[in-house]
Amino acid sequence: MTASMSQCLLQMVRTDYTMSDYQSEIAPRWCAGCGDNAILAAMQRLCRDEQLPPEKTVCVSGIGCASRLPHYMNAYGFHGIHGRALPVAEGIKIRRPDLQVFVTTGDGDCCSIGAAHWIHAVRYNMNMTLLLHDNEVYGLTKKQASPTSPKGLKSNTTPFGATLNALNPLTVTLGITNVSFVAQAVDWIPDLLYDIVSKAYHHKGFSFIRILQRCPNFMEHRFDDYVRDPSSTRILTHGNGLRLKPELSRVYKNQQTHDPLDLAEALTLARLEDEIPVGILYNDPSVPCYDELRAGERPSTPALVETVLNEEFDKVGIWPATAAASGSGA
Amino acid sequence: MTSDSTSPLGEALELRRETAEARETGPRARPAEVLQEHIVEIVSDSGEGAQRCGQSLAAIAARSGNGIWTVEIIPAEIQPPPRSIAGASGNRVRMASDRVTNVGDEADLVVAFNEQVLLSRLRTGEVKPGASIIIDNCWANDPDPEIARAYEKVRAEIRVGGYRLYEVPMEAECQKLVPDPRRGKNMFVLGMLCAIYSLDAALARDQVRFTFAKKDQKIIDANIELLDAGRAWAEANLDLRYKIPAPPVTEPQVVMNGNAALALGVVASGMEVCAMYPITPATSASHYLSAVFEKVGCVVHQAEDEIAACTFAIGASYAGKCAVTITSGPGLALKQEAIGLAVMSEIPLVVIDVQRGGPSTGLPTKVEQGDLMSAVFGSHGDAPKVVMAASSIEDCFYSVITARKIAETFNMVVVILSDAALSTAQQPYPRPQFNADWLAPPVDQSTVPEDALPYDWDERTGIMTRFIPGQPNGMHCLTGLAHDRGSHVAYDPEINEEGLLNRSRKLAALQTTLRLAPVFGDDDGDLLLIGWGSTKGAIEEAVTRLRAEGHRVSSLHLKYLQPMASGIDTVMRRFDKVMTIENNWNDPPDDPLISPDNRRYSSLATMLRARWLVDVDCWGTARGQPLKPAAIKAAALAKLGKA
Repeated sequence: MTASMSQCLLQMVRTDYTMSDYQSEIAPRWCAGCGDNAILAAMQRLCRDEQLPPEKTVCVSGIGCASRLPHYMNAYGFHGIHGRALPVAEGIKIRRPDLQVFVTTGDGDCCSIGAAHWIHAVRYNMNMTLLLHDNEVYGLTKKQASPTSPKGLKSNTTPFGATLNALNPLTVTLGITNVSFVAQAVDWIPDLLYDIVSKAYHHKGFSFIRILQRCPNFMEHRFDDYVRDPSSTRILTHGNGLRLKPELSRVYKNQQTHDPLDLAEALTLARLEDEIPVGILYNDPSVPCYDELRAGERPSTPALVETVLNEEFDKVGIWPATAAASGSGA
Repeated sequence: MTSDSTSPLGEALELRRETAEARETGPRARPAEVLQEHIVEIVSDSGEGAQRCGQSLAAIAARSGNGIWTVEIIPAEIQPPPRSIAGASGNRVRMASDRVTNVGDEADLVVAFNEQVLLSRLRTGEVKPGASIIIDNCWANDPDPEIARAYEKVRAEIRVGGYRLYEVPMEAECQKLVPDPRRGKNMFVLGMLCAIYSLDAALARDQVRFTFAKKDQKIIDANIELLDAGRAWAEANLDLRYKIPAPPVTEPQVVMNGNAALALGVVASGMEVCAMYPITPATSASHYLSAVFEKVGCVVHQAEDEIAACTFAIGASYAGKCAVTITSGPGLALKQEAIGLAVMSEIPLVVIDVQRGGPSTGLPTKVEQGDLMSAVFGSHGDAPKVVMAASSIEDCFYSVITARKIAETFNMVVVILSDAALSTAQQPYPRPQFNADWLAPPVDQSTVPEDALPYDWDERTGIMTRFIPGQPNGMHCLTGLAHDRGSHVAYDPEINEEGLLNRSRKLAALQTTLRLAPVFGDDDGDLLLIGWGSTKGAIEEAVTRLRAEGHRVSSLHLKYLQPMASGIDTVMRRFDKVMTIENNWNDPPDDPLISPDNRRYSSLATMLRARWLVDVDCWGTARGQPLKPAAIKAAALAKLGKA
């Protein structure tokens, strides 16, 4: 009976969202050839395929080119302040399990100014998906070195070349307590990008996707060799992970079967220097989620508030003389 | 429970009690001196329990119907070296026949567990000339000759200083009952104090049982034995005997400190999420809230930092009911960018700032009203927010309820300023009667009408109706960038000013609803003192004393600092002179370098001068101590030219 009932209800809910239902009236203002466009398309495709009601979908971002994404989605968007997308998203999720929360952030936003929140978001393992648009440079502020910039990169703040080795977002994330989902995608293989975003969406917990993303203005040609030579991309496949479609499999022959529960191998893959690993490096759905751990056992009602307040007042109560002796509380 | 009389210790106690009763009829017995009020301080090394002793004494007095105000004496370190001046830890308890609203002036009686912690009180001028001092005499014969010498030195200083010294064998007496007197002295002292202040023995035992309710019965029994022993010893050996008559308690009251009141205010306001990061002196509010909030299905989230705490609260507010973040000055500074985001995007948010001494790390455990300017003017650009200050323990409770309502009605940030003087001070107040109207309404999930805009500012009030995630048709991208009514990023000058105007209008709309508190004292006179926040009780007590001496002095206390209620100028102009009383810095006008051209005024004085064009002077100190009525009175007399 309940099945037919819920089917009836399902009929009443719109289930025919198309791609355009997730497109806002604002046309994306990223540069031509910017990898962010592919990420936006993957997001919208996911929403359509999952038939996510736009009013139940929230895209949270910080500041930077990547953080403009919520403006281009027809959903609830929160374009906040630099580096703080994650705590905002956590605040949204803590009392609203019904909302699908996506965080779109860049390498400066996530790995530099927001680095503390990145570490703790992994540890909280709340149900949400993070898309790290990593173009290895600050774009919106016009080319400064970012923490993920390759050593030697000449930028406006490193005119003689970036001094330090690049921070590796994958090894960092894999090293954090409670890590539950880490993947890497590239903007130039949209089908795989979509598959990975979809896997991340279905993961229970905090899913972290680093997306290598081309910046045609400030990191021109950075990934050209990889785009041209498919063998430099190592696709990670597994029965529990990605399954490559035949047409992609024909092009990307450099494949490795990788069990997403194998953390040691995930770290080895994350450290690959000459090849880009693409796929799901780590996926452990058994890690507890902070939003579930902290979900109240009972809803807050006026009666409950009154009861608890009175209990607390009783503990520190002073009563009129007649009841003084018995009134010292529990 | 084992009764006193069946244990060997109990028998010993009975014996001592009989002895004490016998002595009562002897030459030492004398009637208790009747007092209107008394200030007692109990100080020990950290960990010896003087704070528990003071709090228990206050609770017993409050339950007897006395007005009380307690203040913690807190060392800045967790384990300061023993027997050190900096390590003094304890409580001041002011007890009176009537309601007490502040910490008072100097102490009438000090109980010190060693002479070094006593010095901390003497050196800071906290002890009244001629006051009684009770000290543990175990140090006189300490095997370490240096300790014995140090004790002797202070003993001489006390005698020369004209204090009444009572050397009590606290340690020796406690050793008869417990193996480690360091862990029992406080209850022995509590017993002594109950005898000294003629407090009911049964009530005292009840209080000890309540204090140790979570402990083993053996521990409760041992503490009650110590309590009774202290009482018996004092009755037998001390000639200090006071009675502070109390009117019978006629209405139910609750007694708690300011931070507990803030925490219960959060529960009563219907807010469901508190995000915080540990910081003194605000944290105990979150401790208390953490213990009760989950019982009502709500969450205290300890974030990774102050910024995360604020943005977490903003996220929770955005997707649901107004949330709260609790902090102190340095945390407020860190949150300012996020507060600006809430202002710009019009997300309701309550920020509780329990102020401490600044700038920087400053005086973490001590009081200062130093954050008014950063609360009102903090964040970059024009960021109008509401700022209110709590002036009593009771006001801490109700301020949170009001703040939540304002925040949600106007979609604004509301900052509540409390401070270290209220955070640990305990005071009884009428038990609040729960009212369902305190709570926030359920989160709106209704369908947004076609064509409705997320920032559809009402021209009359500047207020918009926010769309909450989950509301069909309400999809928009909220942004901290300048935006138009559709929440679209807009750099257009007119659109930017439209947003600025409407966000500012909300403050004006709220301002029209504010009512000024009545003047304390006559409506006109020679001098008006203006205060805000925790100094209310001390200012009004000073005014009462001044008026009793015939001076034409009144006071006005401001609850809302931003916006300010109308009529303040009218009140100010009815007095010859106006001066703010603030617990924060102002340049001393008599400093050779200070002139009217460069003098920096206290915060409220600066704001009053700017808004009302009245020549408002200021007086205050930033010594990390609560302002005292006597000091305020002296400042007022100086201002009147009668010093």
